[in-house]
Amino acid sequence: MLRFIVRRLLQAVLVLFIVSLLLFTWLRKLPGGPIDAILGERATPETRAALRKTLGLDQSIPVQYLHFLNNAIHGNFGTSTQVQTGTDALDLFFQRLPATVELSVLALILAVITAIPLGYFAAKRHGGFLDTGSVVLSLVGVAVPVFFLGFVLKYFFSIEWHMLPPAGRQNPDLDATRITNFYVLDGLLTREYDAAWDALKHLILPAITLASVPFAVIFRITRASVLEVLNEDYVRTAESKGLSERIIRGRHVLHNALLPVVTTIGLQVGALLTGAVLTETVFGYPGLGDALAQAFRQRDYAVLQVLILAAALGYILVNLLVDVAYAIIDPRIRTR
Amino acid sequence: MSPMQRKKDRIDALAATAGTAGDIPDAGHVSESGGLSLIGSAWLRLRRNPVFLVGATITALFVLLAIFAPLIAPHSGTANPLIGQVTTNHPIPNPQSGYPLGGDNQGRDLLSRLILGSRQTLIVGVLATLAGLAGGLVLGTLAGSFGGRVDTVVMRIVDVMLSLPSLLLALAVATLFGQPSQWTLIIAISVVQIPIFARLLRGSMLSQRSSDHVLAARALGVKRGPITFRHMLPNSLGPVLVQATLVLAVSIIEAASLSFLGLGNPDDSSPEWGQMLGRAQDLFDIAPHIAFWPAGCIVVVAFGFTLMGESLREALDPRNRR
Repeated sequence: MLRFIVRRLLQAVLVLFIVSLLLFTWLRKLPGGPIDAILGERATPETRAALRKTLGLDQSIPVQYLHFLNNAIHGNFGTSTQVQTGTDALDLFFQRLPATVELSVLALILAVITAIPLGYFAAKRHGGFLDTGSVVLSLVGVAVPVFFLGFVLKYFFSIEWHMLPPAGRQNPDLDATRITNFYVLDGLLTREYDAAWDALKHLILPAITLASVPFAVIFRITRASVLEVLNEDYVRTAESKGLSERIIRGRHVLHNALLPVVTTIGLQVGALLTGAVLTETVFGYPGLGDALAQAFRQRDYAVLQVLILAAALGYILVNLLVDVAYAIIDPRIRTR
Repeated sequence: MSPMQRKKDRIDALAATAGTAGDIPDAGHVSESGGLSLIGSAWLRLRRNPVFLVGATITALFVLLAIFAPLIAPHSGTANPLIGQVTTNHPIPNPQSGYPLGGDNQGRDLLSRLILGSRQTLIVGVLATLAGLAGGLVLGTLAGSFGGRVDTVVMRIVDVMLSLPSLLLALAVATLFGQPSQWTLIIAISVVQIPIFARLLRGSMLSQRSSDHVLAARALGVKRGPITFRHMLPNSLGPVLVQATLVLAVSIIEAASLSFLGLGNPDDSSPEWGQMLGRAQDLFDIAPHIAFWPAGCIVVVAFGFTLMGESLREALDPRNRR
């Protein structure tokens, strides 16, 4: 087991190394390069040369790469030039991380509590009205662009009906106390329940929008997996033994059918970040996705570096955890 | 449902088939579907599958619309006959006679641009899918045909590409080009699809590698090239082609997302739905209809491609053969 984990860790480090190489190459190949990005196009040749020297761009490519690695390991990515001018890029990342985590977790919870029961009942009544209806719904869900769904929700619930706030994370007039920067959690911890409620209201529409991405996937995997398990001999045996519906559902069907579902949920991290870029832009929600969209639009390379590395690292870590969890459950995987 | 009820249903179903057939099969009777190829039996099932038929109809209508768009569109996509009605307080001309959907913020006929947009949308979708397919074919064939160390290296590259969220990868590729254009959009979308195609193809090629017919060919002394291209590749293409139908839908949506984030094609003389939707966002609060129309078109077409792809996948799955 330990050997399996070590081997997986080494593979993860290798993938991260390749990502860093790609990122480095990408930064050199950008139109105009880092000099234009920092100084703009109207800089004099002297200031350009000076910056080249301070950035170490006059050295050989391998030396530059080692510099880059060294900086990355020490968390030194430079300061944001556009998104939050003057803020250290890594600080910016940690400032905005809680916002996106809060949004993604709520979206994932929404997706899981709707998709798994729906998938189970759709499979249970295979071919029935509920099954056909929810399959069509999940396919339409795939076909609707995420940001458009966000705009429609915002248009009706905020602009037309004034039920929920159209943008932001919390009403700044509330002057809420910050502890963890997870606004809902902060409100609960400090017993400022109005602040928690306000933060939650700001989260509802973005979370529904973002949940549409993992919902369709989790629903379809659950349905397919339950369908497969329902045909197994042991389920028929359980039925013929006269076990109650509840016990068959809990111990026999869901217990076995949920394994692939758990893997899928783990793999949704990347999709969630993609969704977060679009969702946060629509709702002006100050998280990582919003920072990413702005950084791309305004070419803020310090912020981009941090975000790209963090996205890859997050994805690799989650996959590692899923793999290890799976190896614990299923011993056959360890030997491969 | 109780076991007894299930048993009854099964008998009823059996009875129903016997009833429609009209005759009782004798000892020498061969069941009709038994001798069919996988594709043959898949087609038999698809022909009666309403999901497939709806998807195929939408797709066919969309392709026809794209081909004949200039003949159908009532006005030109670039002329701006309604420019006189565009004011700062009222930037979107209302629907009126001759212009059933009204105009856009540059006084051009919205309906005509929607109809003409089908062509560009189809082109972006098809080209992005083809480019992704080509890249995936190369990587997947390399990994699946050679196996071993080549496989390891190729799959590591694919893993790295998959470890970045798709939109992030597309954005990174799009920013590499100084001036965004239709082509940078297509390249950015297709790069994201390469690892998916590669993985899929490699998976089915690897299962071919250990199959009996490949073993037989190798035993006969057939070289690696012919084995790969004549024996393994054709037999592994099914899932990849199904995936291509689904990717077509994804590409159209992705094009809209990139336009929305400001990395789309800046030239709007030949309209494309994703671009129209991406740009309509600024005016969403005042005139949501100019976003609803292109979005509706995208949803219907993406839905059509997805329905077709999903039912193809189900039909070609050998486990569903009866």
